Amino acid sequence: MIDFRLSDEHETLRKTVEEFAREEVAPVIGDFYEREEFPYDLVAKMGRMGLFGLPFPETYGGMDGDFTALCLTLEELARVDSSVAITLEAGVSLGAMPVFRFGTEEQKRRWLPALCSGEMLGGFGLTEPGGGSDAGGTLTTARLDGDEWVINGTKSFITNSGTDITGLVTVTAVTGTKPDGRKEISAIIVPAGTPGFTVSKKYSKVGWNASDTRELSFADCRVPAANLLGERGRGYAQFLSILDEGRIAIAALSVGLAQGCVDESLRYVGEREAFGHKIGEYQAIQFKIADMEARAHTARLAYYAALAKMERGEPFKKEAAIAKLVSSNAAMDNSRDATQIFGGYGFMNEFPVGRFYRDAKILEIGEGTSEVQRMLIARELGLR
Amino acid sequence: MPNIVVLVKQVPDTYSERKLSEGDHTLDRDFADAVLDEINERAIEEALQIKEAHDGEVTVLCVGPDRATDAIRKGLSMGADKAIHVLDDALHGSDLLQTAKVLAAAIRTVEDVDLVIAGNEASDGAGGAVPAVVAELLGYPQLTHAREVTVDGTTVKVTRETEDGLTHLEASLPAVVSVGEKINEPRYPSFKGIMAAKKKPVETVDIADLGVDAGDVGLANAWSTVVEAAPKPPREAGQRVEDDGDGGVKIAEYLVGQKLI
Repeated sequence: MIDFRLSDEHETLRKTVEEFAREEVAPVIGDFYEREEFPYDLVAKMGRMGLFGLPFPETYGGMDGDFTALCLTLEELARVDSSVAITLEAGVSLGAMPVFRFGTEEQKRRWLPALCSGEMLGGFGLTEPGGGSDAGGTLTTARLDGDEWVINGTKSFITNSGTDITGLVTVTAVTGTKPDGRKEISAIIVPAGTPGFTVSKKYSKVGWNASDTRELSFADCRVPAANLLGERGRGYAQFLSILDEGRIAIAALSVGLAQGCVDESLRYVGEREAFGHKIGEYQAIQFKIADMEARAHTARLAYYAALAKMERGEPFKKEAAIAKLVSSNAAMDNSRDATQIFGGYGFMNEFPVGRFYRDAKILEIGEGTSEVQRMLIARELGLR
Repeated sequence: MPNIVVLVKQVPDTYSERKLSEGDHTLDRDFADAVLDEINERAIEEALQIKEAHDGEVTVLCVGPDRATDAIRKGLSMGADKAIHVLDDALHGSDLLQTAKVLAAAIRTVEDVDLVIAGNEASDGAGGAVPAVVAELLGYPQLTHAREVTVDGTTVKVTRETEDGLTHLEASLPAVVSVGEKINEPRYPSFKGIMAAKKKPVETVDIADLGVDAGDVGLANAWSTVVEAAPKPPREAGQRVEDDGDGGVKIAEYLVGQKLI
């Protein structure tokens, strides 16, 4: 028997976050979005709830939870808003997780308590102006000079890298050449405020407007040699290993957005009248909403399945790629349908569905594009 | 190290439609989602803040049916230490005097109580009398409608807020305090709190355990009963005023007619 029930604790957490999103996020997030402003108070509240420490052990200030707890949280947040959801996702998966997974005991003790409490955010700098999915294209370099790394280069689209509470960015850089001639790529922790590390102004984005995304540049930026995160030359491999988990997290976030479109549409079609009837009484609308619910539901099953394999310690690369692919599709399709149901109001920024529409597209791009997911699935099927 | 008992009630969610059952006009508990009353979350928050400042222990006390355990768990998830659940079918339909009697009996089972904290009034019954009745039955001073609470050694100080303004009250412990909407912003349970709540002790007792006579509680013995109930009439369409240059006057006339100005 396959048991899809959540444990009592996970269900209670889900309900708690649902309540938080409805009562604390929903009333204010539209204004932050419109002003393209980072919602520090909400992030602090999420921090006090322990959301940034969910999958980490108590020793480092975490909640002793698991990745399932994080994914359920992301889904519930994204039902209301994706900017706060991605801030949490990136904070945990990209800011804290690499330090937890690959850091020395000293690095963990230094960074994790603040990252787990949400008082500090971390970013992960992988993507460069020349590309993200292609590791061989990395141009940023780090040269060891005595007991310091000297970093030069540029990183693009780095989430949580320029807030007032950003404490570190982990960057991947070419640190030499491997015996086979390929680039040796390593990960290095760069504390915020290090001379030579410049944070550019915020991007003007199509969506996720209440989240922080920056271009970063490094000009002879010097950090201690001890800031190497994990093994030298394993930077990209390390990153790839956490990227699979990250895909499940983004899938959960996508499912949240897809479900949020259903929630908003159901509310609206029960109120809005046309030609003498509530529009929810028309089959054209009912079928659209039925399709939307089916997409959200199946996408959720896909990420639950990937999550179950991951939590059991089994290989989950294919399942994670499938979950990311179908759930980002569901988010995109549902936001398009929801906007259509809302008609003219769907095109107005004051309604959440317009925000959902703008936020959905990036889900088919970030953390591996849909094309990359298809490539991964094909490879897992043995196609080369 | 104050020993605090917080009175909590599970109520139908104010977000959902609420109704009374056809037969005996008691609350139809199957009809609406049940939640921990928000004013009780504030009462728990206040107790937790006092505990964080002075140490001590927080016990959540609830009279309610089986599923009230969810409300109790929420209180424990927020950080309360233990709970007492008074569960007895004989209590069905009890009014606030009877409920207060049961609460007082349950409070007496807790050793060395310093402070009883309750919400001003529940969002369902809205009687607003339970804290005062409990205080009277226990012989404790009552400090109601609190906007601010300070515990200092053996005294409690309360800023009481009513329509007449602010009053500053002080009493020696033990005492009953009831809190209003403005007292604090209750915390959300953390995952650690949710996990920990599972292991916290919940003592389930019936009225016999409390020495309360079954003939004193329940609908049949209630001092107040609901004789008749009707659903809220649907909202009528508003009155439309066309502005022919005298819109302001017409609005003023309407407001005068409604005795609003």
